[in-house]
Amino acid sequence: MPIRTVMKANEAAAWAAKLAKPKVIAAFPITPSTLVPEKISEFVADGELDAEFIKVESEHSAISACVGASAAGVRTFTATASQGLALMHEILFIAAGMRLPIVIAVGNRALSAPINIWNDWQDTISERDTGWLQFYAENNQEALDLILIAFKVAEDERVLLPAMVGFDAFILTHTVEPVEIPDQEVVDEFLGEYEPKHAYLDPARPITQGALGFPAHYMEARYTVWEANENAKKVIDEVFAEFEKKFGRKYQKVEEYRTEDAEVIFVTMGSLAGTVKEYVDHLREQGLKVGVAKLTVYRPFPTEEVRELAKKAKVLALLEKNVTFSVGGALFQDFSRALVNLDERPKIVDFILGLGGRDVTFKDLDEALAIAQRALNGEEFDEVNWIGLRKEIL
Amino acid sequence: MEIPEQVKKKLTLPAEEYFYAGHTACQGCGAALGLRYVLKAYGRKTIFAIPACCSTIIAGAWPYNTLGANLFQTAFETTGAVLGGIEAALKARGIKVKGEDGVMIVGWAGDGGTADIGLQALSGFLERGHDALYIMYDNEAYMNTGIQRSSSTPYGAWTTNTPGGKRHFLEKRHKKKVIDIVIAHDIPYAATASVAYPEDFIRKLKTAQKTPGPSFIQLFAPCPTGWRSPTDKSIEIARLAVQTAYFPLFEYKEGKYRINMPNPKKEPKPIEEFLKLQGRFKYMTKEDIETLQGWVLREWEKLKKLAEVFG
Repeated sequence: MPIRTVMKANEAAAWAAKLAKPKVIAAFPITPSTLVPEKISEFVADGELDAEFIKVESEHSAISACVGASAAGVRTFTATASQGLALMHEILFIAAGMRLPIVIAVGNRALSAPINIWNDWQDTISERDTGWLQFYAENNQEALDLILIAFKVAEDERVLLPAMVGFDAFILTHTVEPVEIPDQEVVDEFLGEYEPKHAYLDPARPITQGALGFPAHYMEARYTVWEANENAKKVIDEVFAEFEKKFGRKYQKVEEYRTEDAEVIFVTMGSLAGTVKEYVDHLREQGLKVGVAKLTVYRPFPTEEVRELAKKAKVLALLEKNVTFSVGGALFQDFSRALVNLDERPKIVDFILGLGGRDVTFKDLDEALAIAQRALNGEEFDEVNWIGLRKEIL
Repeated sequence: MEIPEQVKKKLTLPAEEYFYAGHTACQGCGAALGLRYVLKAYGRKTIFAIPACCSTIIAGAWPYNTLGANLFQTAFETTGAVLGGIEAALKARGIKVKGEDGVMIVGWAGDGGTADIGLQALSGFLERGHDALYIMYDNEAYMNTGIQRSSSTPYGAWTTNTPGGKRHFLEKRHKKKVIDIVIAHDIPYAATASVAYPEDFIRKLKTAQKTPGPSFIQLFAPCPTGWRSPTDKSIEIARLAVQTAYFPLFEYKEGKYRINMPNPKKEPKPIEEFLKLQGRFKYMTKEDIETLQGWVLREWEKLKKLAEVFG
């Protein structure tokens, strides 16, 4: 029987790791992911998780050790956030290029400067071009589930890419919520043992991994990462369906909430979706035709689903906790690309908010709604809007 | 080619050749010799982790592999970390690591990849006690990228970053003593070795294989291209590095120091003998040579003292 209990998202991530039974875990012990390796250490110490736990001296070495271990043919896991993920940046490309299905749990945090330990998505968003799959959790249950799903998708023969699962710092990582821990047996059935079939370091069968690729071959290697990302779209749908069958919880790349007959659809990710769902309920009571769409999967970008979503609304209001300077948010870029060649498309209004742990309140969302409504009414509007700025200290 | 048994008996090195001819090392390359000896000692049941360096090319760009053994080409600063990951994974798969019949996991990194950019990962590797061997092949500069100075470049050397010029802008720092940093981690086995003394090197490789935990060997590996030396003088130069006590051969095993060469009871040869065969030292003044000689003798005395007290 699954156990219903309460825990923080960091603990949920550690539980997911325990259930997935990775053979090697390499993690830097301290913040920003402190609680994940702490909890995993307990599991290992109590004999509940039979894994080699490498306590590395930095996140750069954490991911490098994971790359070595994964290349040697075992399931591998680590956790980090913000500066730690940025420190891994170089090796993230290598993990994807070498097609190693490593999973990282990321408690999404802001990047310095100024030094800030609180939530936004700049850390994972900044890694969107590394080739990694990216999932975003709305709550602690999703954090646990999506890590299991990430392993299954990452290890699929048609994919073989690393994956990161983001869950908002503090809002989820340090907040206790009800979580259902699935049965180990069912997880075992769902995930199975990781058995590498292709390139891995086998003493009986010498190979080279990570070799130098000249201009005659490099592009093709990069193209296979593109192809694997494309393949992942179908695989993710299959894995979501299998997960629902086994565990009863439904996931979609783009999850819609009250989007029927909506004129304005807010689009967001992570825990902010929870806030916006409540806000939409509140607006619906006032008779406003609004809805929410949540991206559970950000890479591969769910272009087809986004195009379907675009048919339903007159305005898409993107709420995002990240910045691509002089452009807007990363979602704005991605949505623009997805919709640009459609004959009919909604207006897109971009909102940057909640950076560095700034709370997103109904008042902030009112501000965004007012701008979205100008777009709806055919009035002039700014494409990119910073919401909740304290103009008095600027 | 089959080697007759009576010849084999007289050989002081393993007769088997694993390192393929046709590799892309320069003539007289010490690193290529080093790889050849490592393979002679361990055979194909070896997993190499090699960061971005000359050996990336020597061991083979895709689709070539001149080692005939598992080769993991890794990012510049990650050798130590990757060794840990590979070791953990093999253990998790129930594969025996180290020992007579175990798989040897060998990090093979240059001086830049070890003394500079890879030092943190090396320290982590040593401190955590992984069952693997880290070999720093020391050619005393970043050679693959065109002879830039590293912290292992000796005093007075010309490199492209220490080009001499009107202001006599040569390397002004003494060579970083990486082996001392390694020994400070108090690992079970650390040693220096030289391609000029392959029997000694292979004996040390065998000791590393037999000793559980992390081992480290700093291998002196001449680079004629970067040292501006004749390609047929590499062994002679490497031998003189030892005979002048510029690069003495010694071992640190379970807390004890043992000097192999040169003979501690005799005066080492003067440093000029080592310097004069190499174009990289040709800009050194008499004072420069005295400074370097002073450092060599001071470090040699220090080592002799260590061997005396902790021998």
